Amino acid sequence: MSDTGRILSLHLAVLAALLGLHFVAPPYHHANLARVMVLAVYAMGYNIAFGYTGLLSLGHALFFAAGLYGTGLTIQLAGWPAGPALITGLLAGAAVAGGLGLLALRTAGVSFMIVTLMFAQAGYLTILYFTGYTRGEEGFVLPAAARSIGGLDPTGEAARYLLALALFAVALAVNLGLVRSGLGRVMVAIRENEERSRMLGYDPFRVKLAALAISGLYAGAAGAAWGWLFGYVGAGFATIQYSILPLLYVLLGGAGTVLGPFLGALAMFYLIDIASGLTDAYLMVVGVALVVLVLFAPKGILGSLRERWLRWLP
Amino acid sequence: MLEIADIAAGYGPVRVLEGLSLKVPAGQVTCVMGRNGAGKSTMLKAVMGLVRVEAGTVALEGQRIERLEAHRVPGLGIGYVPQGRRLFGDMTVAENIAIGLRTRGRGAATRERVLDLFPRLRERLGQLSRTLSGGEQQMLAVARALCLEPKLLMLDEPTEGLQPSMIALIREVVLRLRDEGVAVLLVEQRVDAVLAMADRVAFMTGGHVAEVVPAPGLTPEAPQFVRYVGV
Repeated sequence: MSDTGRILSLHLAVLAALLGLHFVAPPYHHANLARVMVLAVYAMGYNIAFGYTGLLSLGHALFFAAGLYGTGLTIQLAGWPAGPALITGLLAGAAVAGGLGLLALRTAGVSFMIVTLMFAQAGYLTILYFTGYTRGEEGFVLPAAARSIGGLDPTGEAARYLLALALFAVALAVNLGLVRSGLGRVMVAIRENEERSRMLGYDPFRVKLAALAISGLYAGAAGAAWGWLFGYVGAGFATIQYSILPLLYVLLGGAGTVLGPFLGALAMFYLIDIASGLTDAYLMVVGVALVVLVLFAPKGILGSLRERWLRWLP
Repeated sequence: MLEIADIAAGYGPVRVLEGLSLKVPAGQVTCVMGRNGAGKSTMLKAVMGLVRVEAGTVALEGQRIERLEAHRVPGLGIGYVPQGRRLFGDMTVAENIAIGLRTRGRGAATRERVLDLFPRLRERLGQLSRTLSGGEQQMLAVARALCLEPKLLMLDEPTEGLQPSMIALIREVVLRLRDEGVAVLLVEQRVDAVLAMADRVAFMTGGHVAEVVPAPGLTPEAPQFVRYVGV
């Protein structure tokens, strides 16, 4: 089988397995998987910036929150129908990422991390400042009736799972297409060495800006979907924790691999879930797991598999 | 083709090039020689826009390029193979070539032409470039620069660390490009390689070109090699 055939088969098999789980997974895991798939879309976006383009951002919570509030506030305050509100949220993520990128991409490395963190914190504080509209830390719940699109009700468990799966499938397909495209290759080239890329005629600033905007689009889509599917909008999603989570998912699953973010989100979600059932110090368990990962599989689960056996993995 | 006129350039407060002038005609191989620190590599970087030119002019076919951003220079038809090859190690041979093809060139036709020049690369298209031998990496570095269909090809010590058969192959490709009308600017330290390829030799010292000599008049015993290169 050709590499393209293998790649398509693997990704279709993952989608088929997730569809199969819809019918057989116990309710608890069924609900968890819907959340994991939305978080995986967020992590996929993070991976486009970090894993493929080398942009280590600590500000992605701002893009997720832009999607979440872009959808939530337009429904809650403006009374918009859910469809346009979702599109607004998705575009808000890309627009905020693009705007931030225009400023932050004038820096690199640690400075880029600090600048993105600073913007994200400013965003979080802005949400708190406008508590009268956003309800701050307490947040607000979107009424079920306002979330319906043309009779499509996302509040039921089954619909929620299938809609999360649909979003995940589209995000996965776009991600796969992107990393196998010319732009995807240039992103990797710039991650490896900006100067070499310049010598071949590429403008690193423009390519990184495009990567960040696409990454923001994914984060915005995940944020918008979270508000729409789960009905809650709160400032907790704009905290630094939500900037670090996708980084951990990507590191765990494998930076620069298409399925790594999903695998990382799944593993981390259940690691926290199981560890928090055993001890209050569950973050220590997570920390130990990450140390073990760095020691024995520094390229993450799929990154290590690709390096040793599955060279064709995208 | 390329005309460098009285340029000054360097790194921060340190000026490496001062009053450097050189003409590189089309259809000729111009070799640049000089001791370490003479400014040979810095000159190539200054042409590419990777080092800021603080005074003087650099013109390609009459068009001033010294103020252009570095990423705009290759699109004008300047291919550059830096010292140490500088490939994208985690990409395959095919991907390295594809990256080179996106800025300029004629797509598949250029790719075929480049692979015809280096048949060994055709056999290794799916191989990660960091796993190639030193000679193969150099072939790929030159091939990637040729994907730009350059009018001017600049190579920084392309024979460094290569075995004789690879040096012969690089020489053959350089001479073929010259015969097709490409201007070649070659920084080289090996006298035998220079004499086998050059039409003209520019000797550099102290950040400027001290002397330009037609290569046919040079022998390995020429005083310029002792004076400017120390061999």
